[in-house]
Amino acid sequence: MRFAPVCAKQLVMKARVHITLKNGVLDPQGKAIENALSGLGFSNIADVRQGKYIELALAQTDAATARVSVEEMCEKLLANTTIENYEIDIDG
Amino acid sequence: MKAAVIVSPGSNCDRDIQVALRQSAKVEPIMHWHQDPDLPAVDLIVLPGGFSYGDYLRAGAMAAHSSVIREVVVRANKGVPVMGICNGFQILTECGLLPGVLMRNAQLKFICRDVDLRVEATDTVFTRSYLNQQIIRIPVAHNEGNYFADNDTLNRLDSENRVAFRYCTPKGEVNAVANPNGAARNIAGILNETRNVLGMMPHPERLADNALGGTDGRPMFDCLVQALSAVA
Repeated sequence: MRFAPVCAKQLVMKARVHITLKNGVLDPQGKAIENALSGLGFSNIADVRQGKYIELALAQTDAATARVSVEEMCEKLLANTTIENYEIDIDG
Repeated sequence: MKAAVIVSPGSNCDRDIQVALRQSAKVEPIMHWHQDPDLPAVDLIVLPGGFSYGDYLRAGAMAAHSSVIREVVVRANKGVPVMGICNGFQILTECGLLPGVLMRNAQLKFICRDVDLRVEATDTVFTRSYLNQQIIRIPVAHNEGNYFADNDTLNRLDSENRVAFRYCTPKGEVNAVANPNGAARNIAGILNETRNVLGMMPHPERLADNALGGTDGRPMFDCLVQALSAVA
């Protein structure tokens, strides 16, 4: 039988990773979004930059350890640090 | 010459490479499925074009961390020639064998057409049957071919003569008009420091037979066979 343990909520931490293009890296998709928004009549846009959002559920309880491991995930796979920055939010 | 073509889920130029290698080498290349254990000892490894792992996350990112590519990195570091075409080039940058990254094309369109290239480095096993500054015409077919690296890296590539091909006009001028995708300094292909790894966005295998409308890509395969048959 498989069922979620009663304390599952306490064991799972959520990590939210925002991946954005570094300043100075051309973002043609952001530009296209900006143009489309202008076309819809939004005249107040100064700039649009698009990126990625990744949500991870971690079977972990310690926020500091979780952060270290998510940082490693970002460096190794989730972000390409040649062109991208990442920001990590962790909550228990 | 023994060659291996690495086939990942989503590769779609593997058969073209197979035909081009067969034609030049008169020997069947090994088609190595990414999950097969034990990559055989070969004289050449080719990473073909396509959309490995559906281009998930970033083009080439998932393949770059697969076990077969980890082995390719080991072989490349031992000096085995590795050639990555299109998605293969993207994998080579993602796995760290080549610097920089291939970003979304500047005009956000998939480009599929013949382009003119100026051969910039002929002292490699891949390009030595071309003349220096020769202009060849082969196709590109990509959505992420916009080569980007920081200025220090670009200067280093230039000073070490590691740019193998640049997009140019039919007359050989390297300028913005001839740049199909926004690539830094019109870069279409680069080499690693030891010149045994080549990554390029254009597809030489797609113009390696008269039946395909041209043979400008064929000398690459012919010279690889020549160079590497002598080794074996």
